[in-house]
Amino acid sequence: MYKVTTNKIEPDDLFDWLQKPHNGAVVTFAGTVRSDTDGRKTLKLEYEAYTEMAEAKMKQVGEEIRTRWGIEDSAMIHRVGALNIGEISILIGVSTPHRKNAFEACSYAIDRVKQIVPIWKKEIWADGGREWVEPKS
Amino acid sequence: MRIIVKCFAGCKDAVGAASIILEIPTGSTVGEAFIKLIENYPALEYYKKSIMLAVNRQYADRQVQLKENDELACIPPVSGGNQVC
Repeated sequence: MYKVTTNKIEPDDLFDWLQKPHNGAVVTFAGTVRSDTDGRKTLKLEYEAYTEMAEAKMKQVGEEIRTRWGIEDSAMIHRVGALNIGEISILIGVSTPHRKNAFEACSYAIDRVKQIVPIWKKEIWADGGREWVEPKS
Repeated sequence: MRIIVKCFAGCKDAVGAASIILEIPTGSTVGEAFIKLIENYPALEYYKKSIMLAVNRQYADRQVQLKENDELACIPPVSGGNQVC
């Protein structure tokens, strides 16, 4: 399951989807909206996606995990739209027979998603500023 | 020929639209199309070096040749890197 959604992300749904009888470990990572960055207060974040490509690229990350660790069961959901502090923007889960691979693959997945999945976030600062977040060069 | 250009995030702000039709000479490359875009929307100059371009939802080098009705996407840098979520 690799999808972009405007709906609130429900961790239980992803967990239930990932949990399979042959697996003994489910590792999940949730990215949540932080209240401040470098001392500046955030009011909310707005996420925008190139949805069709973003879903294809998340699927590609899933395939990379399958190739590298032999993991069949992975899922990634990214929310778009306006999110409040503490809400989940991304949820990634990996399910495996043994835990070590699941931790490694989940860590790899979030790094890869941040590299290749075309989704952007705009900071809506509490002081009224608004700006797209870009890598610090 | 005509191609469809999709713009996101800061590129969308620079162009002032999420999607536009661009008229370019037949056989133009991705890089040539982007230069044409900068001519039409000078604010895109800011993204000249950092932008990634995709053709029909696949990242594409600037040498790739475009075809009629291709979907060219302007993908500004994603936040990525060390500051996760």
